[in-house]
Amino acid sequence: MVNLTINGKAVSVEEGTTILDAAKMIGINIPTLCYFKDLNEIGACRVCVVELEGKDKLASSCNTVCEEGMVVKTNSPRVRTARRTNMQLILSQHDGHCPNCIRNGTCKLQKLAAAMSITDQPFFDQIPSAPWNKEAPLIRNESKCIKCMRCVQVCDKIQGIGIWDIVSTGGQTKIVASGSRDITDINCTYCGQCITHCPTGALSARDDTIRVMRALADPEITTIVQIAPAVRAAWGEEFGLDREKATVNRMAAALRRVGFDYIFDTNFAADMTIMEEGSEFIERFTHKENYKWPMFTSCCPGWVRFLKSEYPEFTDNLSTAKSPQQMFGAIAKSYFAEKTGKDPHKLFNISIMPCSSKKSECDLPTMKDACGDNDVDVVLTTRELNRILRSENISPADLEEEPLDSPLGTGTGAAVIFGATGGVMDAALRTAYYLVTGDKPDADAFRSVRGMDGWKEAVFSIPGAGDVRVAVVSGLANTAKVLNAIKSGKAEYDFVEVMACPGGCAGGGGQPIEDGSEKAEVRGNELWRLDKGMSVRYSHENPDVCKIYEEYFEKPLGHKSHKLLHTDHSAWEMPKPLQNL
Amino acid sequence: MSRLQLGNSAMNQAAEDRFLQDLERYVASAPVGTCPVDLALGCLTLCHAQTCGKCVPCRVGHAQLKQLLKAVLDGSATEETLETIENLSKNIIYSTDCLLGTTAATLVLKSIRNFRDDYEEHVRNGSCIGTAHGPASCTSFCPAHVDIPGYIALVREGRPQDAVKLIRKDNPFPIACAYICEHPCEARCRRGILDEAVNIRGLKLYAVEHCGKMDAPPCAEDTGKRVAVIGGGPCGLTAAYYLRLMGHEVTVYEQRHKLGGMMRYGIPSYRFPREELDREIDFILSTGINVVTDFSIGKDISFEQFKREHDAVYISVGAHADNKLGIEGEDAEGVMSAVELLRGIGDGNLPDFTGKRIVVVGGGNVALDCVRTSIRLGAEKVTCVYRRRMADITALPKEIESGLAEGAEIVELHAPVRIETEDGKAKAFIAQPQIIGEYDRSGRAAPRNADVPEVRFDADIVIVAIGQAIVCSPFEKTVPVERRRLSAAPDGKISGIDGVFAGGECVTGPATVIRAIAAGKAAAASMDKYLGFNHKISVDVEIPLPHAKDRRKCGRINIAERGVDERKSDFKCVECFMSDEEAAQESTRCMRCDHYGFGSFRGGRRFEW
Repeated sequence: MVNLTINGKAVSVEEGTTILDAAKMIGINIPTLCYFKDLNEIGACRVCVVELEGKDKLASSCNTVCEEGMVVKTNSPRVRTARRTNMQLILSQHDGHCPNCIRNGTCKLQKLAAAMSITDQPFFDQIPSAPWNKEAPLIRNESKCIKCMRCVQVCDKIQGIGIWDIVSTGGQTKIVASGSRDITDINCTYCGQCITHCPTGALSARDDTIRVMRALADPEITTIVQIAPAVRAAWGEEFGLDREKATVNRMAAALRRVGFDYIFDTNFAADMTIMEEGSEFIERFTHKENYKWPMFTSCCPGWVRFLKSEYPEFTDNLSTAKSPQQMFGAIAKSYFAEKTGKDPHKLFNISIMPCSSKKSECDLPTMKDACGDNDVDVVLTTRELNRILRSENISPADLEEEPLDSPLGTGTGAAVIFGATGGVMDAALRTAYYLVTGDKPDADAFRSVRGMDGWKEAVFSIPGAGDVRVAVVSGLANTAKVLNAIKSGKAEYDFVEVMACPGGCAGGGGQPIEDGSEKAEVRGNELWRLDKGMSVRYSHENPDVCKIYEEYFEKPLGHKSHKLLHTDHSAWEMPKPLQNL
Repeated sequence: MSRLQLGNSAMNQAAEDRFLQDLERYVASAPVGTCPVDLALGCLTLCHAQTCGKCVPCRVGHAQLKQLLKAVLDGSATEETLETIENLSKNIIYSTDCLLGTTAATLVLKSIRNFRDDYEEHVRNGSCIGTAHGPASCTSFCPAHVDIPGYIALVREGRPQDAVKLIRKDNPFPIACAYICEHPCEARCRRGILDEAVNIRGLKLYAVEHCGKMDAPPCAEDTGKRVAVIGGGPCGLTAAYYLRLMGHEVTVYEQRHKLGGMMRYGIPSYRFPREELDREIDFILSTGINVVTDFSIGKDISFEQFKREHDAVYISVGAHADNKLGIEGEDAEGVMSAVELLRGIGDGNLPDFTGKRIVVVGGGNVALDCVRTSIRLGAEKVTCVYRRRMADITALPKEIESGLAEGAEIVELHAPVRIETEDGKAKAFIAQPQIIGEYDRSGRAAPRNADVPEVRFDADIVIVAIGQAIVCSPFEKTVPVERRRLSAAPDGKISGIDGVFAGGECVTGPATVIRAIAAGKAAAASMDKYLGFNHKISVDVEIPLPHAKDRRKCGRINIAERGVDERKSDFKCVECFMSDEEAAQESTRCMRCDHYGFGSFRGGRRFEW
């Protein structure tokens, strides 16, 4: 243990504890800006500086370790001046038009400047600018960037891709997309982890709310909205709703106020995905010699992009089943259009996703199977949904819950867990077990694939089929480790679930941002809680799913399924990483 | 008031001098990878401020150049801007009145010519190709990219064994480098900005003396691949060590009786004790490397046959042949090459120079090795004759200083003419005094014959130390040879030939031990890849975090040598080690650039296998 005093208070901490953490332990908060725990502890902003008795230089508390006998002052006159000056310097190079900034209200810089009452600015404005492709799903605004380097760190360390480069030196230092290229020409997965870790409005997902509002205003068009599983676990955060109150049914009420014609659930399509992907797995598993192993889930577009750019040799291992979003889009513009007698070209499919990569998935050339138009027209992130609700002056807390529409509005417990790491695997096994044995397994029989570990493994025995070796991985750096282990023969699996974002969609790049906090676990737990409370917890028991197979698709992997619910992952090109060019 | 004064202006001059000295230290320790455009602009701004302002090309031209460079930096420049910069720089150089004006424009012109790619990248993408976001300067400048701040921190924490373990991740010769590395790492040590560079080699010497006996790290699973390394010097043994750790079966073939190459057959034992060399080699071999000595390619087996017997072959035969002066009398008795002298000593054959007058020809480290060796062999007088100036000698300053202290004489600006003989034996060395003149293509002031008579140096022994050559002939049929060197890429690959790699001095020409090590390391990685693997060499040593401290000036602790009278009569190590107290203080001088500045971010330990 190391003993020191901070602002006159004695504290004893474990060796290796930073001054920042030690201070927090005794209720002293030191402001931070660039710091992000365990991810970015580089002391770049110099806002968290403190004074050490006997030393001339101030130390950054985020990455200076406590030493025996240290006497620390966190609010000395020298510290106050330095902290304030450094904030003013940061603000002199930051476009401070906060009212029309996408992060107004969730910006760490804005909050800190307000907390420090920085209302004067002695320095010249030196706002940088750089061009950016505004069509890309991922938008970067140089004039908002404070060079905290978090985006670089999260892409390097958590995702292991490194699409953000730091170029030039001194005052010219800036962040660019790898090789100073257009973001759409590089191997970015659009996972959006850099967005959710950005303290300011420098990084954001493309805002598509205007396209949605335009569709809503068009009397010729029927708007259909689908809500992804993980959205329901997060959307209420920005409204201060607790998770019990922020239900999907309250969201449905809000969406109805906005004016959407049909409010459906991606959970329905998630159950369809399990029917198709589960059946596909059994087909592959019982004809092992015809396929490449293991089989990978394909519902995460960030993962699919990653695989296609970094590990293209595994493309055939991907399940051909479309993601729930895209299954939904294709079903809405075929089955639903036929059933309701609507012109599919006049249907406008909007999906609300916890994801920024879904914006690129819906624009793939291979996702126009129902009528030739995009199966899904627009993807909104959870943040965009909230922006629409706020701009419509809707206060969700004041609304009563309302049911979703039928028939594409029903989902099971197996579908809602798609939003948490391990959920797709869990759901697939529940149904696969049934399809092979004819018996229903216990819904919690596969619980060992749940939880926040980045790389989980399990073996399950399915009578009649054999032992199924599965792995569940989230975060792309973890994914690379798994793929390398598979490549080198160190790991062997039959079925692997991959989610690009740590913790799965619950921690997705399209989710609400609360600076400094990782919310994947608490949101994921909410989804598991919802599953537990559902009366139906098996995809094959979803009554509307059974009905659609009876009325339309006949059977999983059938002719119509092949056309509408499956895709060819090799039919589009993904940019290669810089080192492979 | 008197017409002439001492006073204020002189005092201001002193302040300005101190200011410029600080600047000089800063420039000397400047970080690597700075944006060349920004750097040129900075230099130009300084130079412009220091010009007198009389002439147009410099007063106005420099201002325009600054504006143009700023345009390049802010991304608003075009190809045309670059042309304008070049043309304007040239015009300033040609038409301005004095040297100050020319200097700044020359800097800019050199910058745009040498870094054309960078300038164009700025025009295209508004950014720079090279960036200073690599590791600490010391690590960048170390050819093997050893984690220097890491091991200094470990020495500081009293963990010399971990320090040596960490070094061996990148360099299997910590002991050799502790004694004889030319320490390019110290050249741009950031501590130099404050006072003087950290004594990095001295701390390494402390670490290897206190690390105790260590076990070799475990090797990766056997790959079943057979690899041969031809030449057991620092380069070959480095490649062998890492290839073995990667799980390959490695055999080192050595022409001489013992391993070590120039470390045994070139560097005298007073600089690198033989028992220390053996300790190093024993450690490397303890990984399970096979050794075949007294084996020559071309004599014992043809290279082509040899190649067929292995999955991959690494040629690292070094530069062991001697260069001749080509003057009259060179074949007389008593005339020998440095290689000949030092090789014999390496095998334990010490000639007796008692009472003899020795002339050593040359000015490199090898020449100084011959000088100091001759003194130890009992020579009556040792004269080192060098063609250029003292300032141009390439040997380490410390070697020159020690040689002089031990009684040698260094005669500068004398070129060899002939060796006078009597009965076939050397009698005197005749030299022509030189006058220093204009700079030659190598960038050094070139000597030419001075209009004065020849000078005679009495000499019983003449040692020729004017560089080494490479024996390429055994490999010539397979490996391309260019300018009397084997032709290979920096990573050891030879274009057009599968499975054969080459590196070290036989490719680069005579260099240093650390460069040879770096080449061996790079080759190990590319050979591993060639064999179909991607092994990474790693080490499980946790680097201590730095202590929060102020940066106060503190003198560098240098390594002392034993007293001249004592050391010059034996071959025991001349250097004294740092005491615990000295090592403790010197290690605190490290600025921990791996942690502070960009080090704490991506760059800290970027170099990995």
